[in-house]
Amino acid sequence: MVSRAAWLYISAVVAITVLFVASAPMHLSGIPHPLFALVTLQALFLVCDSVKTPLISRQTKWSPSSAATLAAVVLLGPFAAALVGATSLISMRRQLHLPERLFNGAMHALCGLAAGEAYLALHGHVGFPTASAFRAIVVAFAAAAAVHVATNHALIWGIYRLDRGSGMLRREALESSLPLLLASDLGYACLGLVIASLWQIMGWFAALLVLVPLFVARWAMGQFAEQQRAYAATMNALCQAVETKDYYTRGHGDRVSRGAVMIARQIGMSSDRTDAIRFAGMLHDVGKLGVPTQVLQKTGPLTEDEYAAIQLHPMRGLEIVREIGFLYEALNGIMHHHERIDGRGYPMGLAGHEIPEFARVIAVADAFDSMTSTRSYREAKSIRLALAELRKGAGTQFDPLIVEAFIAALDREEWRLPEPAGVPADLATVTVQDHDDPTAPLRVIEIP
Amino acid sequence: MTGGTLTGRPAPDRVAYWQALDSGRLLLISAAAMLVTAAFAGTVLDIQSRHLNWRAALAFGGFIAFGELLRLALPGGREAAPIAMVGAMAYALLMSLPKEGVVHYNALLVITVSAIGMTVGALPHIAAGRPAGLTGMCTRLITVACVAFIFRTFVSASFVDQPWEFAFSIMALLVILGWLVETMVGALIRADDVGARFSVAMWDEMRLQWPLGLAVGASVIITVFGAKDMGLMELAILIGPLLVTQIAFRRYAGIRATYLQTVRSLARVTEVAGYVEAGHSRRVSRLAVAVGRGLGLAEKELLALEYAALMHDIGQLSLRDPIPGGATVLVSPADQEQIAELGAEVIREAGVLDDVATLVRCQSWPARGHVPAPPLGSMVIRAANAFDDMVGSSTDRDRSAAALERLRLDPAEYDGRVVAVLAEVAGRRVSSRL
Repeated sequence: MVSRAAWLYISAVVAITVLFVASAPMHLSGIPHPLFALVTLQALFLVCDSVKTPLISRQTKWSPSSAATLAAVVLLGPFAAALVGATSLISMRRQLHLPERLFNGAMHALCGLAAGEAYLALHGHVGFPTASAFRAIVVAFAAAAAVHVATNHALIWGIYRLDRGSGMLRREALESSLPLLLASDLGYACLGLVIASLWQIMGWFAALLVLVPLFVARWAMGQFAEQQRAYAATMNALCQAVETKDYYTRGHGDRVSRGAVMIARQIGMSSDRTDAIRFAGMLHDVGKLGVPTQVLQKTGPLTEDEYAAIQLHPMRGLEIVREIGFLYEALNGIMHHHERIDGRGYPMGLAGHEIPEFARVIAVADAFDSMTSTRSYREAKSIRLALAELRKGAGTQFDPLIVEAFIAALDREEWRLPEPAGVPADLATVTVQDHDDPTAPLRVIEIP
Repeated sequence: MTGGTLTGRPAPDRVAYWQALDSGRLLLISAAAMLVTAAFAGTVLDIQSRHLNWRAALAFGGFIAFGELLRLALPGGREAAPIAMVGAMAYALLMSLPKEGVVHYNALLVITVSAIGMTVGALPHIAAGRPAGLTGMCTRLITVACVAFIFRTFVSASFVDQPWEFAFSIMALLVILGWLVETMVGALIRADDVGARFSVAMWDEMRLQWPLGLAVGASVIITVFGAKDMGLMELAILIGPLLVTQIAFRRYAGIRATYLQTVRSLARVTEVAGYVEAGHSRRVSRLAVAVGRGLGLAEKELLALEYAALMHDIGQLSLRDPIPGGATVLVSPADQEQIAELGAEVIREAGVLDDVATLVRCQSWPARGHVPAPPLGSMVIRAANAFDDMVGSSTDRDRSAAALERLRLDPAEYDGRVVAVLAEVAGRRVSSRL
């Protein structure tokens, strides 16, 4: 599960850390009862470390443990800071495996040591921060905090480069939350100085007091993650409810959403936009509910009026989701997902790059899923055939760049085909013509 | 307040009720205004005294202004300014600074600095066209004043020289007192605004505000003790962690709002699909929440009720053909039950809204004679739905009265208490549109 390169990297980090820590002056100085302070700070580190919170996605965890390390930098010096960081080895998070523990312990020890040396280099005073020397201490501490955060992120970045895809870290998770992660790391690093300063008044109680706001922030983050999960689940359930109207299109929204996200990642959309396109894909056909069932289920050619009713569904969809606090782009994607590059689509007849990017992405995923699903009038096409159809439509119906991106994304990631649909139990809930299917355009009665 | 009395008829003192709504706010604002005037006068008279530390006043005032600028929207349309609160409370409880040692200033200065800081911080909000948030500012100001008036009399060299535990305990008590005052004023205003009972509003407010209150309280004490050695620079250091906490809360409140918006919007699919009349789910949910509030439901239950009321017809999506006019009140009980079951099934699918699913499932149960008895929320939805099916968006008094009469005549189907509150709410609704 951990690649050889990653093992090599971890071993290198551990070796460097041991070398540096061993060569550092091994003494605890600064304040009375240094050993007791060290153990308290180690306990604080462990508590902070074990309450890591998911930040945005489940892969990126965030923890305020750097406050403990940096408090040790000020109170006890670099060696103690390294010892505090090394406690990560015995982290109480059980799901961690040995390589992860080794790496975390070495990384945090190295971060603490580097921060401590930076602090000393800028003439920071080790011990209780005194009022007279406080200005110098602040400058040195700021440098120490910056070094700590920088070392931490550099080492994590290294492991991600070497260990891509093995599950320790995911690229998009790391990138999407980097600014927020850096900001919160620096913000909480500041607490190290506060702990050090309060220590001379209230001793170990300082660590406890500082924990309170930390835990509250953690609680709020947890609530956020919980609400986010609930939100996604509810959205899914509601979309499924909408799709039960038609036997053959079940799961269509979900699959289009996945396809759109694959394309979005392939063309390098930011994570906010990727989230938005996920919802847009899921909801793109919600307006179909506004189309009378008898029109959707009609076997023969459609009259002009009936065709117009179908053409209205993107607008209807927009009407439904307009008030959700989405990105504006997601609404555009829903409204224009049936536009064509050559300008012959609906509802507005936009052409080329007048069509919003979201809509061009959803159009490709939409047509692809329609073709690879079973319909009442034909069997599902194979992926190869469907891609050939997409290529054929590139430049007239689809944006060629998006089609290429989708094909490239399909090379990297597997596409889960819908369950092969049997004959539905209830024939009345079947759409006979699929407006999404580019190989079988809707038949409209021509009026001479 | 009329929320507690179940008369079954529109309360005759309705106009007085609406006036009372404003008078609570008015009272709060005028009390704060008087306080500020007195504080300004006192401060100006005292300005020559050697106690005034301009740098501290400016630093804390700036901190408060910054916090007021970064107000925080909490679930349920509440607004808080935790960073401003930390600044103001810490200034009220400040004991000593590095250079001058023990600080001496009176509560009036604390109020003056807080008021100026809050006003400055509110100016950008006003300039951007957002509400000034006067009520929240007044609440915070009164809270700070309470704490400052008590604590500033304590601060003396001999008090500061006591062991730190002593000052800590007093501060902890005062922080809790301040939190209680703020929560109580907030609950009073809210009870007036939405027509909830005070006890319920207070309980809701406490349950919702305690995590933030805890963080603010601990930060205040940290600030006060830290200032002894770190001085005013500490304020700059503490901004970082406070901001991170605030961001965490902001994201939480944000996703909750989006969640509600999404359910509101998606519940409209039944309307767009022609299953129910336009605006039906939203009207039913508004009505149900108002009735639930009148019945004294807590905010958490009200949220479940709102979701359930918004989605109560979602089961109709599984029907092949829309019911004519969408009025479930007109179809057979067996069909009603089936729609409710199907809807509950859809919601249970989400896996996180089981209480909502229960409310939707039991909405077809009659109020009496069903074993087990339906939950209160379901009876509310049942009555609100029936009322809206008969009245719709009309505000006609007679039509509303006739619908209520029909509900009243059917006590086995519609719970008497629910109908009584519904009548009150419907009466208010009609009169507010006149």
